[in-house]
Amino acid sequence: MRHLLSTEDLSLSDAVRILDTAEEMAAVGEREVKKLPTLRGRTVVNLFFEDSTRTRISFEAAAKRLSADVINFAAKGSSVSKGESLKDTAQTLSAMGADAVVIRHWASGAPHRLAATDWIDAAVINAGDGTHEHPTQALLDAFTMRRHWSKLAGTPSAGADLTGMRVAIAGDVLHSRVARSNVWLLRTLGAEVTLVAPPTLLPIGVEKWPCTVSYDLDETLAKGVDAMMMLRVQGERMNASFFPTTREYSRRWGFDDNRLRALDGLGLKDTIIMHPGPMNRGLEISSAAADSPRSTVLAQVRNGVSIRMAALYLLLSGDTREPAAHAGTTRFHSAENTSAHAPKESH
Amino acid sequence: MVLSQADIDRALTRIAHEILESNKGSQDLVLLGIPRRGYPLAVRLAAKIAAADPTVDPAAIVGQLDVTMFRDDLSHQAMRPPYPTQLPRTGIDNKVVVLIDDVLYSGRTIRAALDAIIDLGRPRIVRLAVLIDRGHRELPIRADHVGKNLPTSSAEKVRVRLAETDAVDGVPVNEVVIEATA
Repeated sequence: MRHLLSTEDLSLSDAVRILDTAEEMAAVGEREVKKLPTLRGRTVVNLFFEDSTRTRISFEAAAKRLSADVINFAAKGSSVSKGESLKDTAQTLSAMGADAVVIRHWASGAPHRLAATDWIDAAVINAGDGTHEHPTQALLDAFTMRRHWSKLAGTPSAGADLTGMRVAIAGDVLHSRVARSNVWLLRTLGAEVTLVAPPTLLPIGVEKWPCTVSYDLDETLAKGVDAMMMLRVQGERMNASFFPTTREYSRRWGFDDNRLRALDGLGLKDTIIMHPGPMNRGLEISSAAADSPRSTVLAQVRNGVSIRMAALYLLLSGDTREPAAHAGTTRFHSAENTSAHAPKESH
Repeated sequence: MVLSQADIDRALTRIAHEILESNKGSQDLVLLGIPRRGYPLAVRLAAKIAAADPTVDPAAIVGQLDVTMFRDDLSHQAMRPPYPTQLPRTGIDNKVVVLIDDVLYSGRTIRAALDAIIDLGRPRIVRLAVLIDRGHRELPIRADHVGKNLPTSSAEKVRVRLAETDAVDGVPVNEVVIEATA
């Protein structure tokens, strides 16, 4: 395992391994000493070319809980605003001895570029690139869903996938890297995904995605949904109008108080409501829905730290003395390559 | 074969009595097994302690302690998946914790276990019980209770196979063997 760039090419065994490792990491958050010495002496650089609060803080908390040193780099107020290229920035960080680079970039594909070139030999974690992917968000969503799904089934969540779970993702799919990463990952984990959005907010080619597409939220809910994920309306990426008014949007595509009440009438007493945050309360999700017992918004934030700890641990442990097979082109090796599951003789 | 099923059972019976003897009874005892094979050994020891002292509830004194995240060789070995850490409900503060592992070799696992314990609480005493002590220590660590001292060459591999964790062609086995490595 070398980089975490995308969920599209993540195998089922790798996905389950990350979720299982995160399960152990979550236990650390409940202990008296919420810190492990695992990544002592390693340096994690948060390279953020785009504004972010929760993802950056989540990665920072995760790295610190594993005792890594964290360097935060925001494009604003740095040499990037003087016109420094991604290559020069990356090489500067490399020269400073970064072991992992967590990158968020407004350009889709920037993390792949960083991983596929020899600019830097650190592990690259995609923390959101343009409108492409946001793998750790999808993993933390899947982790949240898996805990819920296993609890309902009364089985332990370790080793489980999401077979049979019905997930609806509603809102601004066009601009959403969260939706993309979730569709790929949830398909791999065996869930059935329905995207719900106005036609103007669906990307071209969505019919080829491994999911169902609907334009009607109520109809989708009536068919039965186990997890309802609302996406943020991304005002900052919308330079054209995609819907007439925010009022119409929240009526037709938002999870409002009426739909929250309707869940009980539909017999969906165990359906959870998810949101990756930050929420536009009153637009895509009503306050009553966001604060209801069904809401997993805060659990998602909590689980985010565990997932990112797992990702950092899995990328930064293992034999680092060995040169990588083909620097960069290897993304997420399958379990066989890293021989992770073979019980080691550890006396 | 170095130890047969009966040998393992006798050794564990003796260790269980030694633990009770050195602790002058069963009060405050907590057995923490180190994954993978230390845990089933801890469960077996707890059952034997309960057999000798009927006031003991074996399930209430056994736990599992994962030391993966505390190892000093994480960047030199293939990635290890962490195992769950489960403490008995009473916790380990002011308890007499007996660490249990299958083979004591370099001592580095136990070093990691001591670090892991300190992050979980403050036991009154920490002791170490192992099924096999094969020598070649790299740290100043020794076991309080040993099933068998086994002089080995470091080129050899000591394999402990337990019914709970290992099976050969689906048949559960309980044995300790020495294998030569190429």
